[in-house]
Amino acid sequence: MQFGFLLEQVVNGLVLGGYYLLIALGLSLIFSVGGIVNLAHGAFYALGAYISVEITKYLGFGSAVVLSPVAVALLGILFERFILRRFYDADPILSLLVTFALTMVTEQAIRIIWGAPPISAAIPQALRGSVFLGDFLFSRYRLLILAVVAVVLLGVWLLLHKTSFGRVVRAGIQRPDMVAALGIRLQPYMTAIVMLGVGMAALGGAFFAPITIVHPAMGAEIITVAFVVVVIGGLGSFWGVVIAALLVGVVRGITIHFAPAAGEASIYVLMFLVLMVRPRGLLGERIEKFE
Amino acid sequence: MTRFSRRTLLKAGAAFAGVSAIGSPAIVRAQAARIKIGHLVPLTGFLGAIGSYAQLGVKMAAEEINASGGIIGKQIDLMSEDSVNPATASTKAQRMIEQDGAVLLFGEISSASSLTIMQVAERNKKVFFSTGARSDALRGKDCNRYSFHCDIPNTVMVNAVGTALKQKGMVKGKKFVTLTADYIFGHDLLKAAKAFFSANEATLIGDELIATDVTDFSPYLLKVRQAKPDVVCCNLAGNQVTNLVKQYAEFGFPYPLIGFNLNTGDAWAMGEGNLSGTWPTVWYHTLDNPASKTFVDAFSKKYGKPPENHAWIEYITLKMIAQAITETKSTESDALIAYFEKQAQFDIMKARKAYFRSWDHQLVQEAYPFTVKPKGEMKDKWDMLVLGEAVPAAGADLETIYPTKAQNPCNMKA
Repeated sequence: MQFGFLLEQVVNGLVLGGYYLLIALGLSLIFSVGGIVNLAHGAFYALGAYISVEITKYLGFGSAVVLSPVAVALLGILFERFILRRFYDADPILSLLVTFALTMVTEQAIRIIWGAPPISAAIPQALRGSVFLGDFLFSRYRLLILAVVAVVLLGVWLLLHKTSFGRVVRAGIQRPDMVAALGIRLQPYMTAIVMLGVGMAALGGAFFAPITIVHPAMGAEIITVAFVVVVIGGLGSFWGVVIAALLVGVVRGITIHFAPAAGEASIYVLMFLVLMVRPRGLLGERIEKFE
Repeated sequence: MTRFSRRTLLKAGAAFAGVSAIGSPAIVRAQAARIKIGHLVPLTGFLGAIGSYAQLGVKMAAEEINASGGIIGKQIDLMSEDSVNPATASTKAQRMIEQDGAVLLFGEISSASSLTIMQVAERNKKVFFSTGARSDALRGKDCNRYSFHCDIPNTVMVNAVGTALKQKGMVKGKKFVTLTADYIFGHDLLKAAKAFFSANEATLIGDELIATDVTDFSPYLLKVRQAKPDVVCCNLAGNQVTNLVKQYAEFGFPYPLIGFNLNTGDAWAMGEGNLSGTWPTVWYHTLDNPASKTFVDAFSKKYGKPPENHAWIEYITLKMIAQAITETKSTESDALIAYFEKQAQFDIMKARKAYFRSWDHQLVQEAYPFTVKPKGEMKDKWDMLVLGEAVPAAGADLETIYPTKAQNPCNMKA
């Protein structure tokens, strides 16, 4: 009996972890390629949520979860072209400050456009309720999120490992100078990676808008967890981030099952333990920019 | 040429300095003729959403008072800031009194922050009106002479909903699971809920304390299902309530969800078809009386949305303060306390007038249970609640739903 419920928590944790993954993977990619810790990542997540709620009003939820990430990815082009590009070779402190400032600007912009009180959003009726597998229970909506995350994950992996685009990006991560020497401009690749990263964050925002509160500071809430995931997984490691995200979700679920009060603290304890044993994170490589 | 223009500049500078030298005493006098009032409310964090309504309410009240000539001929200088958390709240309260010259303070939603401001108020012998904090302890064991409490306490919210639930046969012999906010307010509300359950033969079979920064409730919901209760009871606060209700609807459990605390701002943020069950409220913009309607019209016209209960409570509190200063012709703490302790009556836009009880400084007023309107019947997205009959029932003594002297361990030092 107890085991069954525990397994339920594990599966639920995996789903939640999958959702963290959407946000953390983009963060990790942008860091790997550009060496930029994008504190504004949460702001794109919030924009994704707000824009999807707007689109849902006119075109329905299905269109919203597609169009909102696309719209935010397009904003990502501007973000890369006019802001990030200036900081690839600069002191990391500068990019931290700039992206942090952008977070505040975006949050304020959201307040001006949509107002400070949260806006309302709901799941379409068809996606509500739980699915039972024997005595096992899953939220129908979260299963959908899990499926979407799996597809996105597969897509990103294929893009990075099976296409020429991915080869250049991976080479750019390892040896940017060598790529440059071969006459390949990394610039357009960087634009594409930023688009992809912030688009994924927006996708996360669009999917979570119906089940969490949509308010101007929502980005700041998610960015903390995303950072914990990236740090546990190891900056710049694809599978590290995947494993860390799932681990964070599962550890949180199990902790809440046994010791509810420690639920939120559990992921920080996990981060602490991992960093004690492996300061670079689970699968992290040596980080030249920082070491 | 250069010298000439420089000389002109110097002259202009001297002239400007002269003007400001003459002008400044006038400015100082004008400042002295203003009444400075400090207002604190959380604009960030899990209570920030409803705090933003509170700030709109207080701004409107101050503008109205100033437009009609101020209080005893003086304009109000309202200092309204984000209290963020208990530590910041007390620091800002201290600064408003010591450096900014606030004659009194009011505001706050978080019971934890309110408690720290109450201590600052007592130390500095300045009056503080706690507008939105609901913990019983604040007007109970932690009460002090300088603090007044405008919102209904937890016990009243439990009584308001409990009475409605009893009428529906949802209490006696039923198994409850509670989800409770893990800070002073939640602990306090749980205590009131437990007292209610045991007095009405209901059993509490599960009880989860939930940190205020939790946004995903799915692991807790799985535990709720494990407990298989008859009724799930939400003792959360602010954003937490919104998130829980949304995710509760997502999982689609068969157990009815009710709650002993809800602010309408949080209900509005939930989205269509998510909220159900019975909840308490202290005020709602559809209340049918002329004063309330005038206020709602003015607020909606000004801000493009109806006032939330925190907008209302800040508005009436500043108006009560204005009334007290006008009547006593004083901003001295002792004069104001004496005025309120006389149990002066205030029109707070409800059927019955309200007053501060002299011995625990609680604003005694009606409360209401509410249920949710069926989807087709809502006029707009704000029109989602159906108010139940006011508690206590018409004709009954208002104090019957408030903790009695025996139940409320308030002992004020003179």
